Amino acid sequence: MARPIINVPAKARRGQVIEIKTLVSHVMETGYRHTETGERVPRDIITEFVCVYNDEEIFRATLSPAVAANPFITFHTLATESGKLTFRWTGDNGFSETGTATIEVE
Amino acid sequence: MRSIDIVLRCVSTSGFVLMLVLLDSLSATTDTRRSTYDDMSRDIRAMQDDDMANPASLWVNDGAALWSQPAGAAQMSCADCHGDAATSMKGVAARYPVFDAARGKPVGLEARINHCRKTRQQAPAFAPESRDLLALTAFVGRQSRGLPITTGDDPRLAPFVEAGRMIFERRQGQLNLSCAICHDHNAGKRLASALIPQAHPTGYPIYRLEWQSLGSLARRLRNCMAGMRAAPYATGSDEIVALELFLMARARGMATETPAVRP
Ligand code: HEC
Ligand code: HEC
Repeated sequence: MARPIINVPAKARRGQVIEIKTLVSHVMETGYRHTETGERVPRDIITEFVCVYNDEEIFRATLSPAVAANPFITFHTLATESGKLTFRWTGDNGFSETGTATIEVE
Repeated sequence: MRSIDIVLRCVSTSGFVLMLVLLDSLSATTDTRRSTYDDMSRDIRAMQDDDMANPASLWVNDGAALWSQPAGAAQMSCADCHGDAATSMKGVAARYPVFDAARGKPVGLEARINHCRKTRQQAPAFAPESRDLLALTAFVGRQSRGLPITTGDDPRLAPFVEAGRMIFERRQGQLNLSCAICHDHNAGKRLASALIPQAHPTGYPIYRLEWQSLGSLARRLRNCMAGMRAAPYATGSDEIVALELFLMARARGMATETPAVRP
């Protein structure tokens, strides 16, 4: 239900190193836990995170069951041009979530 | 004689200032209360401090959305009656539980929200510990962040604070422990790897790393009771509300941290 939270600086100088922070809502159920009656709780995790800056993929991560719930992913990139950043999280059970942010580069 | 005279004269000319200074230094030296925050690792404190990194923000945002979403037979939103939460809900969470005159006993914030949900929106109550109830509680609580806790002002609450204190100090469960044995007499020491905090409920609902989720104060207290091998009181029961009230009154004056992060 919760929308991802994305933090990209609204403005940057061309060539500046910027920090991008993302937080997404997900249980990240490992698949290694059992219920009180002994049944295995099926794995339900985000498996992939991708960030595209205008048309270029600039960051990709593969997530594993060891990643905590509600993954917080932060990384740096170069501010090259004004435009749009698209973020996509995909995972088990058809999980798919996207978010966008815009940046103005001077 | 001479020095006494000087002191007296000081008091008579600037007695008020002197009193204030005295009181201030007294409270500074006698208030040994610490939030769990003060003893957490730097990483966890950083997670709490940065709204971007604090996973509880996901619930706060959900709460903000629910706040302005019409619901129930009345098709009214919280915002329709309460307007901007930043003003109408400022300081509210910091004084709960409050005395509910209609029921003649204290009521916690979650129950208060559910009361509006049922009677004002005419919608089914949120289940205890449900995502929506936690989200609204976190959103309302967020409006008090940084403000001092004021719970316990109302003299009608006194007998209930006392009832909470008695539960806190009473031994119970298979391990024959009381809350006070850990949180008053052994605070600051370690239970296995966990630091025993003074148990000030400054940041509820909290994002607890062990839960990988947001959770209420009742959930936290029930956890401690399970650890004592005592039968946990039900969420919203008179006993849980009395404990919540006692703990909030005991933390009076401390800053609200909602939504806090805890190990
Ligand atoms: C139809 C109007 C109406 C709606 C809708 C409504 N409330 Fe209320 N609410 C009130 C009134 C009036 C009071 C105070 C009087 C009372 O005790 O009923 C109140 C009191 C409260 C209080 C206690 C404030 C305090 O100072 O102690 C909280 C918290 C609260 N509401 C939260 C909510 C939330 C959250 C929602 C949405 C789920 C909501 N309310 C929906 C009318 C409304
Ligand atoms: C055996 C020791 C022990 C007993 C008995 C105990 N607790 Fe705790 N309590 C802890 C520990 C340890 C923590 C911190 C857990 C952690 O860091 O994971 C804690 C955490 C808490 C917190 C959370 C504080 C915060 O910063 O959010 C509260 C509130 C609390 N306890 C209240 C109680 C109450 C009320 C009782 C009695 C019903 C009780 N505890 C009984 C050991 C105990």
